[in-house]
Amino acid sequence: MSEQNGNLLSVKNLRTYFETEDGTVRAVDGISFDLKRGETLGIVGESGSGKSVTNLSIIRLIPSPPGKIVSGEVLFHGEDIMSLTQEEVRRIRGKRISMIFQDPMTSLNPFMRISKQLMEITELHLGHTREQAYEHAVKMLETVGIPEARARANDYPHEFSGGMRQRVMIAMALSCEPELLIADEPTTALDVTIQAQILELIRKLKEETGTSVILITHDLGVVAGMTDDIIVMYAGKIFEQAPTTELFAAPGNPYTKGLLKSVPDPADDEGAELYQIPGLPPDVAHLSPNQCPFAERCYRAEDICRREFPPFVQLNAEHFSLCHFAEEVYADSRAGRGDAPAGTTQGGDGR
Amino acid sequence: MSEERTPQVPTEEGRQQTQEARGPALTPRGTPQAPPVRARAGDEIHPFPETAVGEGDVRNADAGPEAVRGTSLWSDAWRRLVRNKLAVFGMVVVGLIVVAVVVGPAIIKAATGYTYDYIPPDSKLVQSFPPFTAPDGTFSWAHPMGTDSAGRDMLARVLLGGRISLMVGIISTVVSLIIGISWGATAGYLGGKVDDVLMRIVDVLYAIPYMMIVIVLLAFFGAQSPLKQIFLLFAALGAVSWLTMARIVRGQIISLKNQEFVLAARAGGVSTAKIIFRHLVPNALGPVIVYATLTIPSVMLSEAFLSFLGLGVQAPYASWGSLAQDGIQNIAIFPWQLIFPGVTMALTLFSLNFLGDGLRDALDPQMRKF
Repeated sequence: MSEQNGNLLSVKNLRTYFETEDGTVRAVDGISFDLKRGETLGIVGESGSGKSVTNLSIIRLIPSPPGKIVSGEVLFHGEDIMSLTQEEVRRIRGKRISMIFQDPMTSLNPFMRISKQLMEITELHLGHTREQAYEHAVKMLETVGIPEARARANDYPHEFSGGMRQRVMIAMALSCEPELLIADEPTTALDVTIQAQILELIRKLKEETGTSVILITHDLGVVAGMTDDIIVMYAGKIFEQAPTTELFAAPGNPYTKGLLKSVPDPADDEGAELYQIPGLPPDVAHLSPNQCPFAERCYRAEDICRREFPPFVQLNAEHFSLCHFAEEVYADSRAGRGDAPAGTTQGGDGR
Repeated sequence: MSEERTPQVPTEEGRQQTQEARGPALTPRGTPQAPPVRARAGDEIHPFPETAVGEGDVRNADAGPEAVRGTSLWSDAWRRLVRNKLAVFGMVVVGLIVVAVVVGPAIIKAATGYTYDYIPPDSKLVQSFPPFTAPDGTFSWAHPMGTDSAGRDMLARVLLGGRISLMVGIISTVVSLIIGISWGATAGYLGGKVDDVLMRIVDVLYAIPYMMIVIVLLAFFGAQSPLKQIFLLFAALGAVSWLTMARIVRGQIISLKNQEFVLAARAGGVSTAKIIFRHLVPNALGPVIVYATLTIPSVMLSEAFLSFLGLGVQAPYASWGSLAQDGIQNIAIFPWQLIFPGVTMALTLFSLNFLGDGLRDALDPQMRKF
């Protein structure tokens, strides 16, 4: 297999637009990133920042119309997924790249037994006979920690709890031992204890199988312990890209800073108001290309931010930030300064 | 809200206990040391109410162990159906009539030697006798429904008529199911231009009076032989009764296709045809079954109407419609020749409609509460 510098997946300048009555929504607008074998990439961002669309674009599951992948390459083992036929993409989906979805309550077919749903995938991709597929399904259910897997394999999804259903989804996603697992907010619909279990499970299985993982979330706490690299998305663009420890220690973008600051800290004084980034995410259908999409909400914004689109600044070997003042913000973070964006702290004026 | 359903959950102590009972939190491989916990009487299946989605997930302590097994959608619907007296009545009557028309003719033949097309060789017997009357005017069991003007046993003919009427109803409905589901599911799932074209065809066909199509079809191709005529009737009625079915299925599929399990199946590489027929159609079956149950009587009625006009079933075969047509010619003198097929048909149609209504109530999620 041809591999380009150890990259399993290379996304280059991906643009996915949706044609709506309200104009063209640039849900993903020029995203590029690389993922190495066995690594975990976190994609964080607010709702509507294009996280999910990016990953649906990777395996060409964008509903079309209205969606359209306008440009870009997705190189998987050096092969451009965008240029494959539908049939070839189908053979990759579920076998070499698989997905876990946000809501385990609705991602299982309520009319099919759990075993059937697991068997469908392996019968399709691994050419299993019914018996082989059934044994494999039971084995996968055991792997993901379903107690009494054999007895419960023939249950219907409604007989499983939310956490168990997400385990089933993981079993399904991993049953063909994919090279890439895309987990689209796998824990959002679960309560905190189950979240921890599911994340631990994904981490453990990842280590055992060597699968690369893309973890999409809006919860910074989730990516902190799980990922090697993080991409921060906003308005369909990559705002910051850095190794996880670096990003948490020294964010180089005002938006990332705002996100980090929004995470509630148990050490805060009781009754202290929680920080929030003022304003709302922009309407990506009516965004001027000649300004920073975050300018209206940014504590650091100056005139230039409303006049020119910011550059994608390289801060060090692996750290990039989309900001006119990236280097300044980065330097501030490293020095431990500028932590409290003036004017919007604890105040209610941003709402 | 959650307090009501799970009174014991919010206590910290309870959480710890359940946590202990579940063994170590993380045991992704293999089973925990303690016997794995399947909920028993007194147990919560969900320790945390946030993950409980419906009444099926949280059970009260005194429900007993068998409640844990859970009830399927179908057994739920069945429970509601049998609570509906009219629907049960309909089910019983339809059941009895189906049994009667299937085994009845054979029993009559064994008991009395009469069949639907047996015309007595003795010319004195070729005439209409009232029910329970022997040729000499005395009481007799030989013809409980009397005979028709050719001396044929009415009971045998009514049963055969029922057999053909029900067959027309069921086969035409199956034909309409096959066409309607494939058509509607394809249109609904693919959407866009395909949907537009397929559904505009349906609209156009809707605009043409369907009886007209059937009459033209039957007049054009019919009357080669009585048996061929019956098959033509199956096809013609099936071909016009799938339109509403297609619309119902399309609507269901459209509401289902954006659910995440469809996306999950696509992400798993499942083909479009398999997604439609393995994932979507079974989920749409409730309304389809209801509509199919209500299609059977309406098709039977159409058949009766056509046969009454002389376009449907031809002698020596009989259907309830053609029997009624024979009977109406002599209604003043031999009323039983109309009454028996008429009453049987009315009873069957009523029962099927009751059953259909009952099924609709039982399968309709809006009616869940009762």
